[in-house]
Amino acid sequence: MPLDNVVFWVFAPIAVASAIGMLFMRNAVHAALFLIVDFMCIAVMFLLLDAPFLFAVQIIVYAGAIMVLFLFVIMLLGVDRHENLREGLRGQRIAGVAIAVGVALEIGLAVRAGIGFGRHAAPSTLSGTAEALAKPLFTTYFFPFEVTSILLIVAAIAAMVLAQRKTKAVTLAESTAPIGERAAGPEESAP
Amino acid sequence: MTPAASAFHYLWLIPALPLAGAAVNLFFGKRLGKLSGVLASATLGAAFLLSALLVKDLMALPGDGRLVVRHLFDWISVGNLTVAADLRLDQVSAIMILVVTGVGALIHVYAIGYMHGDPRTGRFFAYLNLFVFFMLMLVLGENLLLLYLGWEGVGLCSYLLIGFWFDRPEASVAAKKAFITTRIGDTFMLVGLALIVAKFGTLDFTAIFHATAAGGIAKGTATAIALLLFAGAIGKSAQVPLHVWLPDAMAGPTPVSALIHAATMVTAGVYLVVRMHPIFELSGVALTVVLVVGLVTAIFAGTCAFGQDDIKRVLAYSTISQLGFMFMAVGMRAYAAAMFMLVAHAFYKALMFLGAGSVMHGTHDATDMRTFGGLLKPMPITGVTFLIGAAAQAGVPPLAGFFAKDAILEIANHTGRELVYVLGTFAALLSAAYIGRLVFLTFFGEPRSQEAAHAHESPPVMWIPLAVLAAGALVAGWLNLTPEGRLAGFLEPVAGAVPGGSGLAVPVMDAIAIAITLSALIAAWYTFASGRVDWLAVRERFQPLQRVLQNGWYVDRAYQTVLVEPARAFAHITAFVVDTKIIDGLVNAIGAGVKRLASVGRRVQTGYVRTYALAIGLGVVALMFWVGVRG
Amino acid sequence: MRTPIAFFLVLSGILFGVGTAGVLLRKNALVIFMSVELQLNAVNLALVAFARMHGDLRGQVLAFFSMIVAAAEVVVGLAIIVAVYRRRLSVNVDDSRELRG
Repeated sequence: MPLDNVVFWVFAPIAVASAIGMLFMRNAVHAALFLIVDFMCIAVMFLLLDAPFLFAVQIIVYAGAIMVLFLFVIMLLGVDRHENLREGLRGQRIAGVAIAVGVALEIGLAVRAGIGFGRHAAPSTLSGTAEALAKPLFTTYFFPFEVTSILLIVAAIAAMVLAQRKTKAVTLAESTAPIGERAAGPEESAP
Repeated sequence: MTPAASAFHYLWLIPALPLAGAAVNLFFGKRLGKLSGVLASATLGAAFLLSALLVKDLMALPGDGRLVVRHLFDWISVGNLTVAADLRLDQVSAIMILVVTGVGALIHVYAIGYMHGDPRTGRFFAYLNLFVFFMLMLVLGENLLLLYLGWEGVGLCSYLLIGFWFDRPEASVAAKKAFITTRIGDTFMLVGLALIVAKFGTLDFTAIFHATAAGGIAKGTATAIALLLFAGAIGKSAQVPLHVWLPDAMAGPTPVSALIHAATMVTAGVYLVVRMHPIFELSGVALTVVLVVGLVTAIFAGTCAFGQDDIKRVLAYSTISQLGFMFMAVGMRAYAAAMFMLVAHAFYKALMFLGAGSVMHGTHDATDMRTFGGLLKPMPITGVTFLIGAAAQAGVPPLAGFFAKDAILEIANHTGRELVYVLGTFAALLSAAYIGRLVFLTFFGEPRSQEAAHAHESPPVMWIPLAVLAAGALVAGWLNLTPEGRLAGFLEPVAGAVPGGSGLAVPVMDAIAIAITLSALIAAWYTFASGRVDWLAVRERFQPLQRVLQNGWYVDRAYQTVLVEPARAFAHITAFVVDTKIIDGLVNAIGAGVKRLASVGRRVQTGYVRTYALAIGLGVVALMFWVGVRG
Repeated sequence: MRTPIAFFLVLSGILFGVGTAGVLLRKNALVIFMSVELQLNAVNLALVAFARMHGDLRGQVLAFFSMIVAAAEVVVGLAIIVAVYRRRLSVNVDDSRELRG
């Protein structure tokens, strides 16, 4: 059994298992940890598919930055909240599972019908190194690449605006009024 | 054309002048104030002078070439049918424009005095001018559509003027009644026009007459067309059975009654039949119908006039009766006699209406003859002129009515229609009698009310037109004096020869007519003015008959029961059963159905995001399945 | 012999299905969001697998862009969750049902 296959058959079940684990964790932190494992496995898959640069990006951006962000938010909103896993909506559980299985099944069938399970990829000439990927990114796809940077800036500003704690503006009349007549309140007490 | 044709270039000015007057009065009437009446009268005076000039030119043409058609512009062009705005001046329209503008101008002048102090004189004169414009279009139009335009136009103006004092309920009701009743006839007439277009492909008189003379039309078709057109004439000229609107139309200002409901508009029906006589002559049935309707109307309205106490209503019924005489003449193909009667009637009936208006003016708008009496003394000019008009109508020689009525009866006798002659003479007797009653109750005897006792003469602006019209009524009879008749001779190229024959000698008939007139008048004098008969007591004794006559043989009530009430009941059913229950019910049912459906459908919108996600997921699975199956 | 591409694709499909189930069954907005990320990653895996199959680098480029967009999306999405939490003191998506008909 070639090394590739060994690696695949080791990490693929881990990926599926950790995904399912995330599905069943009541605690959001645990779900996030399982997701990190999953992302790691997918990163390994990238490596198997001759995409070493994406492998690195996957670990740094997804497993690193994004999941850390998730964990931050979970902390912010309270770690100890346990989701009640009892389903409130009638038929939601059965229908949800059916749809999920249906989607997976249909993808599987599409793959079987499209390329078949036995077919092996031709010896690859593909090189997904940073250097190789940089070439199209900074030539053909230069414009979309720069647009993504604008997108990220906009997203950052949007996040700041959305998450900002709204403070009531203190009018001049209120600020110059005698202390005792001002409305008491934590936000308004500071001039 | 002829050398004199140049003058006829200005033919269009005749209708244009009153139209301009109407426009100015309509837009600036308020600012003109008292001037509006002067302006309106001036436009008509100018139109009359122009008409007189053109008619003089027309007379200068050779006898059989007296026809002028002026093309103004193409009006309507649809498919094969082209209707031009052409004006036609021939012998018949010449007489009509002279009457319309002449009598019209006098009535306008009179109206300056009569309408003095009314806050809306500008609008009044605008309507009046507009009416004259439409009337001139009616008589000058070279095709039936132009005639129809004028026909509907005068109907509209009649409606506007009857309802001029629309704040009086009876005036607005009368206006609607007049409009709707004449509309019944107009609808038939429109169908007749359509039939003419279908059969002749044109509406031009000249073309129709040519085609008719060439025998291009079947007898049945001619009958249908003639009867349809005559239905229009019945409505417009207030003949039985569509006469009911005219007595009520007296709710309008009196100059309006004089101009529209005596002298001009109501004679449009006579004009129409005279104008279209080539088609009527193809159909004996149609002519007989015209004759019978005229005869029935003349007698019927004559009896009704007896039962009226309102001076204007007497005159209204009298007008209907006189129009019946004209239709009798037309029905006997005596078109010249009809036109003669039309002219004479225009003079004396306008005169009497204006006189009645003058009486009302002098007695604070009293109209009940029972409250009059002895008005000759305080109102000498009105009284004398009225007497002339009444005498003309009654048939006192040598006034207009005598010759006109005589000419018609003479033709009836000479063409062997003995029954028509007898009944016509009876109608003449009636008309002399009721007009005698009117005169003796109003102007003789003792005043029977404060208003009558303190009556005063009207201002010169009102009595001068009376005097002119009285002069007209005096001399109009001479138009047709000789047996060949100047008017009849003038009309002969258009109207054909006067039907002749043998019968009673003319002097005998004259003697009979005079005897009847005088006996009727003397009887009226004896009853109402001599003081020897307590006519109120007589009236009391014949109360039921008097009631029947006063209510016009209850024709109105019959229409109310037979036509109006069922129509109203039907309308009630359609409004409150068909509409509210069925149609609205249908609409409401659709609405309720949607509502019910929505109340079920809204459950789909649970508000749970996950339900929506579920729906999206389902869609994805289904879509992928479909793509997969389709391969 | 290397691993057949189909296996990667099937793995991608399974992960996507699990992500779908997470979106449909969980009530915690954060976990739902994580499931969405899982779905995105599954798609990325499929993209890279196709790039390998066709020997075309553009698949990887698209996956790269999808990661960047996902990063931006996460930033905004988390901010929205925080903002909603501020108003309702809840991250349970079933608590927001203003759209109920």
